[in-house]
Parts: sequence; structure tokens; C-alpha cells
Amino acid sequence: MINNGKWDVIMAKKIKLSELGSLFGGEIQALEGVKIEGDVEIDLGQPGMNPQMAYALGHETTQIALHLMNISRILGYPVDQMLGGQAAAPKRLTKLIESRFSVGKVEEWKTPIQQVILGATSSDGGTRKSTVTLGGESALPYYFDAPMPHRNYITMDVFDMPINMAKAVKSNYEDVMNSPAEWAKKVVRDFGADMVTIHLISTDPNIKDTSPAEAAKTVEEVLQAVDVPIVIGGSGNPEKDPAVLEKAAEAAEGERCLLASASLNLDYARIAEAAKKYNHVVLSWTQLEINAQKELNRKLMKQCGVARENILMDPTTAALGYGLDYAYTNMERIRLAGLSGDTELNFPMSSGTTNAWGAREAWMTSSPLKDDSDWGPREYRGPIWEIVTGLTLSLAGNDLFMMMHPTAVQVLKEITQTLYGSKETEPVNIDNWVSAVI
Amino acid sequence: MKLNSPLQVYKYLPQINCAECGDATCMAFAAHLIDRSKKLDDCPPILKDEYKKKYVELLSLLAPEIREITIGTGEHARKIGGDDVLYRHQLTFFDPTAFAYDVWDTMPEPELVERVNKIANFRKFYVGKFLKVDMVAVRCVSGDAIKFAGAVKKVSETTKLPLILCSFDPAVLKAGLETVRDKNPLIYAATEKNWGEVSELALNYKVPVVLFSPDLDKLKSLALTFKEMGIKDLVLDPGTYPQGKQLKESFERFIKLRRAGIKEGQKDIAYPIMSVPLNAWLVYKDAVTASYWETVLASVFTVRYGDIMILHSLEPYAMLPEVHLRDTIYTDPRTPVKVAPGVNEVGSPTKDSPVIVTTNFALTYYTVESDLSSNKINCYLAAVDSDGIGVEAAVAGGQLTAAKIKDTFQKANFEFKEKTSHNTLILPGLAARLQGDVEDVTGLRVMIGPPDSGRIPGWMEKNWPPKPK
Repeated sequence: MINNGKWDVIMAKKIKLSELGSLFGGEIQALEGVKIEGDVEIDLGQPGMNPQMAYALGHETTQIALHLMNISRILGYPVDQMLGGQAAAPKRLTKLIESRFSVGKVEEWKTPIQQVILGATSSDGGTRKSTVTLGGESALPYYFDAPMPHRNYITMDVFDMPINMAKAVKSNYEDVMNSPAEWAKKVVRDFGADMVTIHLISTDPNIKDTSPAEAAKTVEEVLQAVDVPIVIGGSGNPEKDPAVLEKAAEAAEGERCLLASASLNLDYARIAEAAKKYNHVVLSWTQLEINAQKELNRKLMKQCGVARENILMDPTTAALGYGLDYAYTNMERIRLAGLSGDTELNFPMSSGTTNAWGAREAWMTSSPLKDDSDWGPREYRGPIWEIVTGLTLSLAGNDLFMMMHPTAVQVLKEITQTLYGSKETEPVNIDNWVSAVI
Repeated sequence: MKLNSPLQVYKYLPQINCAECGDATCMAFAAHLIDRSKKLDDCPPILKDEYKKKYVELLSLLAPEIREITIGTGEHARKIGGDDVLYRHQLTFFDPTAFAYDVWDTMPEPELVERVNKIANFRKFYVGKFLKVDMVAVRCVSGDAIKFAGAVKKVSETTKLPLILCSFDPAVLKAGLETVRDKNPLIYAATEKNWGEVSELALNYKVPVVLFSPDLDKLKSLALTFKEMGIKDLVLDPGTYPQGKQLKESFERFIKLRRAGIKEGQKDIAYPIMSVPLNAWLVYKDAVTASYWETVLASVFTVRYGDIMILHSLEPYAMLPEVHLRDTIYTDPRTPVKVAPGVNEVGSPTKDSPVIVTTNFALTYYTVESDLSSNKINCYLAAVDSDGIGVEAAVAGGQLTAAKIKDTFQKANFEFKEKTSHNTLILPGLAARLQGDVEDVTGLRVMIGPPDSGRIPGWMEKNWPPKPK
């Protein structure tokens, strides 16, 4: 029996350790006249013992234990069973056992993720200076099984009217809030946005009920202000959005914008039609439900005739602490299914990472609960909430991030591009981290 | 584990349906062993001598792929490892990543004590429980064994949390172990250079030990060697480099180790993995930047297979996302996410108490409920069946509607005329657009609450009781 490393071996009578060595030095064939009764406890290694002593004694006790087990075995006591079949006794080694580590690649990942290009340059009938290519992966993100063909990209939010936002975010945009074009310029010029999302929220009948034609003008202004690819977002009103996105798509004809979004609870066919007619990409948006995502993708392809290279998915982003577990696992399952051959799910993904700012930890001055430890300054909590929400989803397979805070954008870019493999830095020696003075 | 159906497990059980385990049949108990919601020791008969052989066999067949080891003693002892799957949706992850925060032996004593208390007392309320951190890692910076032992002693007098003793010098580790020999600390670390002496310590003091090498061949050699010597409570540190290509390679090593352990059943390396996000501080000197980057590293390795980690920053903006992300990844995806729809009392509501509406998404419901009860607001709280979706998404997606709200009160036989003096209902701020509909459908007066339930106390001061129209 092994209890916390103590070997209890059953013997006839107590014998001094020193006697045992000589007693059982040779081969033992049989032992007669020894009854198995009392317990002799042999303790391997006494805490606090002189190391040299312990070492010497360790050798002895190890040998003794082995001998004693042999005796028991000879006497028919089921030693191996007592020990769970693992009767190997500890022993001291003086050399490392040489070994090689190896591990295989994942065989089931045979289906690459669809490649999707956003934006069109003049040679392709658009006016963008650059394009963004998403997808094409043949493995989970940053895995060694297959190199990731394209890095992650970030599109920053711009709204067509001033909106309420967390103080930490707002301070970056106060000077441009009344001009979507200036706002768009600022995120590209100052904050390194790869793309811009123009949210046409004022079109909501409950907000300003801006007409589709007027909204389309805003889109034109943004297209003129920046030369990166853009995302065109509606207000989220399912009745109004199809008309708004249709008009905006027309105004942006040929630019390969991302139309956000087609969903099952609005007239997705109308949005799909606008994308086909004016050469845009459709964002297929469902709410944390893998089967709904399959259904909508299937409908967009089969029923509406949208080409595979014009579909991106938004399976919904819930903030850290507010359902990120569902969002993460939903995305990971979608990506694994796609890589393993589900051609209704192997599309690149987009995340509304800005949703992280809905978490009270991101914006509230202090905890509303008296028993919580101090939450510290909220200025630092908000950006990291957005970073961790995005980073977690990047590991699940998300390709494009819709974000708000400049610091969050910088840090997420840094880590995703490091894991992607494009960040070169001086090597760091971590061998003595334990004694580092921090 | 090596078994994957209840039938396979059933063969080893006594098959007497005694129900002592709480299940009516052995087959039902077998199903619980497969989904790991019960332990074999929950079956009293199989512990008897006559079943000993089957018990031992079944125990090893049920053992998780990744070895589960225990650090510390008593109620604060913490298990790590124990995983059976690579993706949480395949079952669930077990033994959440243990977070150890560091102290060092050159700290002045009052600072040391203050820091340990800060680690031990950290708490963040979340869905009916407190998120906390787990361990204290004592680093030897002085190089002095006596000084280190003094720091270890002070830490162990200050907290019952498990300890990690950190030094590459066996003499220093030994001095630390002498101080806390009965506390089952984890020792860090055995390397290619010092493994002989550190293995002696692990054997003599019977403590779990970390093996450190960024070279996976060497790490496996160390693990094999230690196992051969009878040391099985091992933790592998394949190195957490803080940036650049080295970080990418660190990430790959975590994936490789865990894939080998779980998918390929390579027992020789199927141990818990340690990450050291603290290494962010080796490259960033600015505290905010370093804290941010440390949190980033902690996030990467919480998602991808870190079972235990050593961290430095005690800033709330680092610790809060860290504990929340760990909860995110380790929450059992098999447990229901909804609460039962209905109208519940918070505190002792009277006719003058408010009636507040929220959804039946567990997270939303518990958040609102704890905000109300911790601020001692007596009220009725209605959980509307929104298919377990939060307020904002449910309003957008049509799962939270005026009809559903009316239905919830009807099914609960909640008559506003009888139960309240005000005939008023409070909608969440994020459901403001339903106000007109709800008024029409229910005939009640409808007020719009704040968008976040944390602001209900302030809102109540201004708006409650409602002014007569």
C-alpha cells in the first residue's frame, strides 16, 4: 500500500534496518517460518535529514523495500495488487534519461477557411488604396499545424451622430463626434485602424429616422475621407436596415464594403441582393447559435445566390463576464467544424469587440457591491476589458475585430501579430526570472 | 479517461443497485462517473475488500488524461491538471488555472505582509459566488537561503494559501522546505543543471515539483527521469517568453504538450503545465504597460492550457479580467444558463415596493438580484423567459416582448391591483423601446430603469416612489 509515499510492508517481526541489508543481500528463493502479521513502516526519506545521510539511507531503504516486496510476493501476498500494479520502487538516477518529444499534426483539418477580400482598388473597380484579406486558415489560429495566411485585422467604429459612450472612449473622439468623415480620418491616421466601420444609427426610427438617401451620403463622405476598406453598419432596426443598407450599397458600388448585417429576423434576401448587385460582402449575423449560423449561411448561398467569397460571419460577441464563454465556445465550435469539412461554416469571422464596453467593469467608477475588492481606476479597466474580450475570441478563430479604444487596438494588434509571427524583437533570457528585481 | 460509455464502467461496479451513492441504479452512477459529476469513492460497496481488484482497475481507467496534483493542505489546498479534453465544449475543463501572485525575499516585512494579505483577500462577486486567487509564490531574489526561509516563514504565518517556493538553488529550496515542510508547497524548479539535488528534495519532502525547460526534449527527459525515481507529482514549465518569436514558440509548446497528453495519450508528459506571465516585467518597466502585457499573456495561457501560473501585478485592472477569463474558460458548459421564469421576491416586498423586470438569462438575473439584495432594496423581480438571452440582445431579437412580460406575471398569478399600491412596472433601461407596447398590453404604468442594474439604488432615490400622475 502506498500512503503519501510511505511503504507499509508486512513482516513477521521488527528488524533493524541495518540487519536487513545483510539478511537479504542475496537471492531469496523462499522464506520459511515467517508469519505475516505486524507492520514494518519504511519511510522513504525523512524530512530534515542531512542530505548525505538521506541519500545513503535512501539507497538502502529502496533496496530494502524491494527485497521486502519480493518476500511478500514469494509468500503469496498480492503485492502488485496492493500497489495498483505499479510496484516500481523509487531509485536514484545519476543521469537524465535521454528522450525526444514529438507530436503529430491534426489530420482532420482538411478544409481551409474561405478567403474573403474586403475593399477594392482601382484595378478592381473600386477606389481603395489597399484591401484586407481574411480567412484561408487550415488550422486553429497561431497553431503550428499550418501557417496562418493572413493576420487579424481591426476596423474601428465611427457613428453618424454623437452617441453615449464610456468616458475613457469618449475622450478620444470629442473633437470629431459631429463629423463621421473627420472621425474616420482620425482612427486611420492616429490610431492605426486597418478599416473603418460607419454605423448608421441615426436611421433608427426611434432615434432620428434619417432617410436611407441621407445615410448613403454619409457613407460617401467616409469613403472620400479614408482610402481603407469600410464596413457599413445599419442601426439594428430590422424593419429599416434593409432599405438603409441597400441605398448605402448603391452609393458605395464596387468598393467591396462589408454590409452589416444580414440576419434571420430581417429581410436578409434584400441585403444579399444589394451585395450582389453592387459588389459587396455580406456579414451573416446570428446570435450565439451554431445551427442558426449554418441556416443563415445556407440561405445566403442557396436561396440568395451569394458567392462563398462574399460571406463573412458574426456569430455574436458577448463581453468578458457577460457571456463570453458562450461566444468563445460558439466560435471555436464553428471554426473546428469548418476546418473539419462543414462547408456551411468555413467562413472567416468578425467580432463586435466593442460590446466589451457594455460590461460594468469596463466603465463603472467603482463596484456597486460592498464586498468586492477595490476595482481601481476605471480608465485602465475599460481598454483591458476590450483587449481580453477580443484576444479570447482571436484564439477561437475570429479574424476581424470591430473596436473602439485606441489603446485596446494597439495592444490587440501587438499580441495577435506576435502569435501570427510577424513581430521581431530582441531575444529575452528568462532563465533567471525567479531572481529578477521587479 | 480510458472509458467512454456508462456500460463500460458498469462492468466494474457491484451491480447491486443499492442506491447508497444517491443514484437509483449502478448504471445511473456509471453515467455520472463518465461525465465526472461523481467520484468512484461515492460508491461505498466498491470500497470493500471483495471489490478491491475492480476498484483499483476502474480507478486507473477513470483517471483523467492529465495528471491531477494537489498543492497545499487543508481547505485551501488546490488541485491542478485533471483535464480530459482539448476543447471545453467536448466535456468541460476541470481544476481552473491556479493563480499564484509573487512576493520576494528582499521585501521589507511590513510590505511583504501587506502584499500577502492583498492577495489572500482579493475577491470579486460574480453570479452568486466570489472569484478569488489561489496561491503565493515566494521568489528568492537575495540568493540567501536564510533570508528566503525567513520570508517563507512570514508568508506562511500570514496566510493559509498554498505556496510555491521559487529558486534554482537547491540549498535555498531546502531552507524554504524546512520552514513549511508540512504545508505541501510546490517547489520551482528542477532544471537540466540542478535536477539531481532538486529530485532529492522532492523525494525527501514529498512535495510536488516544477520541471523547467523551454526545450521539449529536455523537459520530457526530466519528466521521465523524475517518474523513474518515483516522483509523479510533476508540473511542466516549458517557458513563457514575453514577446516576439519566442512568445509564439512558447504558445506552440503549450499546444504541443497538451495535444500529446490528451489526444495522443503520451503519459510521459501528461502533467499540468505552468505559465509565467510575470515575465512581462522582464521587458516592460512601466507598471501599466507591464500589467497590461502580463494580463495579455495570462489570457493567452488561460485559454490555451496553462494549469497554474505565476503573476506579479496586483492592480485591479489586471486581476479582474484575469479571474473573469478563467471563470469564462472553466465554467461548465453543461450546466443550464437560465433561471426559472417567474416573479420572485427580493427581501420582503410590501405593496409599496417596486416591481422590476429582467430576463431569465442566469447571468443577468443574478447580477440584478445581487445588486438589489446587497443594496437592501425590497422588491419583486420578474424573470421573463427570453430563452436565456440578455436584455439588449433579447429586445433586438424579439425574445423579450410586451406579450412575454404580460405572460410572466399572468403565469405567476401576480395581480398588480392586489399586490401593489402603484400599479407600476419598471423596465430595464436597455428595453426602453418596449415601453409603449408594455403599457398597451398590460395597462400598467411603465417606468424606465437605468441601463445597468448597479445604478438602481441611485435611480430609486430620484424616481421612487413614483409621483402621482
